[in-house]
Amino acid sequence: MRVLVAGLNHKSADVEVREKLAFSGEKLEPGLRALLALPLVKEAVIISTCNRVEIYMGIEGGVEGGEGAIRQVKQFISSFHQIPSGLLEKALYFYTDTAAVRHIFRVTSSLDSMVVGEPQILGQVKDSFQFALGKKATGVLMNKLMKKAISVAKKVRTETKVAENAVSISFAAVELAKKIFNDLAGKRVLLLGAGEMAELAARYLMTNGVSEIVVANRTFERGCELARNFNGRAVTFGLFKQEMVHSDIVLCSTGAPSYVVLKQDVHDIMKERKQRPVFLIDISVPRNIDPKVNGLENVYLYDVDDLQGVVDSNRNEREKEAGKAEEIIAGEVEVFERWMAGLESVPTIVAFRQKALQIGEGELEKLFNRNSFDEGQQKAIRHMASSIVNKLIHPPTAALKEDAEDRDILIALLRKLYDLGGD
Amino acid sequence: MGAITFDISLAFYFCAMLFALLDLFKGAKMLPKLMLLSALLGFGFHTIYIFYSGFSSGYVPIVNPHEATSFFAWCIFLLFFVLEYRYKLGLLGSFITPLAFALMFVSFILPAEMKPLPPILRSQWLGIHAVFAFLANAAFAMAAGVGVMYLVQEHYVKSKNLGGLFSRLPSLHVLDEINYRLITIGFPLFTVAIISGSIWADNAWGSYISWEPRQVWSIISWLIFGIVLHARLLAGWRGRRAAVLSILGFLTIIGAFAGLALLHKGQHVFL
Repeated sequence: MRVLVAGLNHKSADVEVREKLAFSGEKLEPGLRALLALPLVKEAVIISTCNRVEIYMGIEGGVEGGEGAIRQVKQFISSFHQIPSGLLEKALYFYTDTAAVRHIFRVTSSLDSMVVGEPQILGQVKDSFQFALGKKATGVLMNKLMKKAISVAKKVRTETKVAENAVSISFAAVELAKKIFNDLAGKRVLLLGAGEMAELAARYLMTNGVSEIVVANRTFERGCELARNFNGRAVTFGLFKQEMVHSDIVLCSTGAPSYVVLKQDVHDIMKERKQRPVFLIDISVPRNIDPKVNGLENVYLYDVDDLQGVVDSNRNEREKEAGKAEEIIAGEVEVFERWMAGLESVPTIVAFRQKALQIGEGELEKLFNRNSFDEGQQKAIRHMASSIVNKLIHPPTAALKEDAEDRDILIALLRKLYDLGGD
Repeated sequence: MGAITFDISLAFYFCAMLFALLDLFKGAKMLPKLMLLSALLGFGFHTIYIFYSGFSSGYVPIVNPHEATSFFAWCIFLLFFVLEYRYKLGLLGSFITPLAFALMFVSFILPAEMKPLPPILRSQWLGIHAVFAFLANAAFAMAAGVGVMYLVQEHYVKSKNLGGLFSRLPSLHVLDEINYRLITIGFPLFTVAIISGSIWADNAWGSYISWEPRQVWSIISWLIFGIVLHARLLAGWRGRRAAVLSILGFLTIIGAFAGLALLHKGQHVFL
């Protein structure tokens, strides 16, 4: 048995192609069925998310099995989704054996994701595997492979920091807000200006517990509209300084050509706030809040570049950690390979053993037919025969089970020498 | 029996400090647990030591500088465990154990021999005064440690460099809040210590205050912490300012403690 993966992801194919090839909902089960009907495919798991469509298969062994299976799977995908196979050529990738095992380990560990370290993929793989398991589409190989991939992902997560730290601006803003206020519940957010980025960031803050949102926009109507989205309220732009006194987080994106919030303003506001800390986020370009404001006590000002800086350094951090993750994966791939190779020698060992026992039985039968022994003697002879057989087959069996580089040769040799058939 | 328990606890505290400092640089999951375990073991032996010397001498063992610094360290660890249990502040141990160990080490160097207590010190007020004073000092020490953590964390946020300990230190709000709470605990304890001390002074010498340096220093420390609390409520002196002031306040306490213990002057025979 060999492992084969056929797939496409966000790197190999555009969203239009990925959409067409997705095994969504009701397509999943017929897809699995059709796959298993292919002569060379023995086991299958389909993982279909918005960023990737991948089919993991246990296929017939041998070089023929590999190339044949690839051909069959290509044909299957093109006919199942009714897409000309020429279109698939660029989008699809195929990995076999070691490369396939490494690929699934990297996928579950979120090293192959669009945003490295994002956590969803592991859950998606788990679900896909459960589905295939439920439909009895998997066997020894896929079960072991998927379980191992899930445990490798957990190992990567606990032993490296690939999944730590925010990697988007809004997320970085929330992370910072939490390090300032600890808990965002009960905090009030003021939106200065109603830009799209501000809206996105405000939404993130809401999902993280912020309860109250006030919008101050130059066009009052637009402000009202936005406020309605958040269950908040709108005030006229002129009132923003009064509002700042009661706001813990200020998101500024007015689109004004110069500073709207000056150091003296914030200084006065802080006095009125009794120095309760305030987190100012200036996502306007050019900036709307005087950067000197950051020098005031209990005031924390971040502009777009600052946040981007945080995101970049987090990304770097993750990529550094990804190196460690690759090492862990390389080790695990090796372990899996050894297990798979052991799997390869099993049929040979079984055949070899059967052959030896058969010979033993045959000879005993002949002997007992020709001569008459009493029960005790028969027993003793049987015992001797079986111990000779066992002693003779033990060393070659052990050698096959052993994890040696020349195992392939040994298998071929044994099959030839004892005429066990097969390759 | 007495000395050996002290030495064992010193060794455990040393391990706790090592684990705590390693945690600062390495951040492995095991380190905080090892730190806490060693600190608890050290604390256990330390408690035995304090009770043992208390019973064998017949008074609260805070009379000579050795006992005083050791008891100070004991109070700090006690508070540290309480905070660990209640708040689980990340990295608190890394900022507190070095200070507590340093006190233990000073105590280790100082002579442990027990002189008979001078008659003038034999009063129930001694125990009350000293215990309250050290509990208050431990709370202030803690507040200073948390204040340092606040300044470090604030530096990360202000400088927009979010590497290093940023993700492992608690939020600014929590650090500020706990700093404040520790001072609100320490201040009344300190007040009781000063009042009981002056009653004791009145009993012993016939006047509540004699303006000797130790007393003056105490009043300065008391004023600083009073200002921290007062200004916080009225003018919103929080965050950085509160952290700096609580560190400053604690330094006056340590300064008075060290300076006067070395000079050996005044009516505070030992401190």
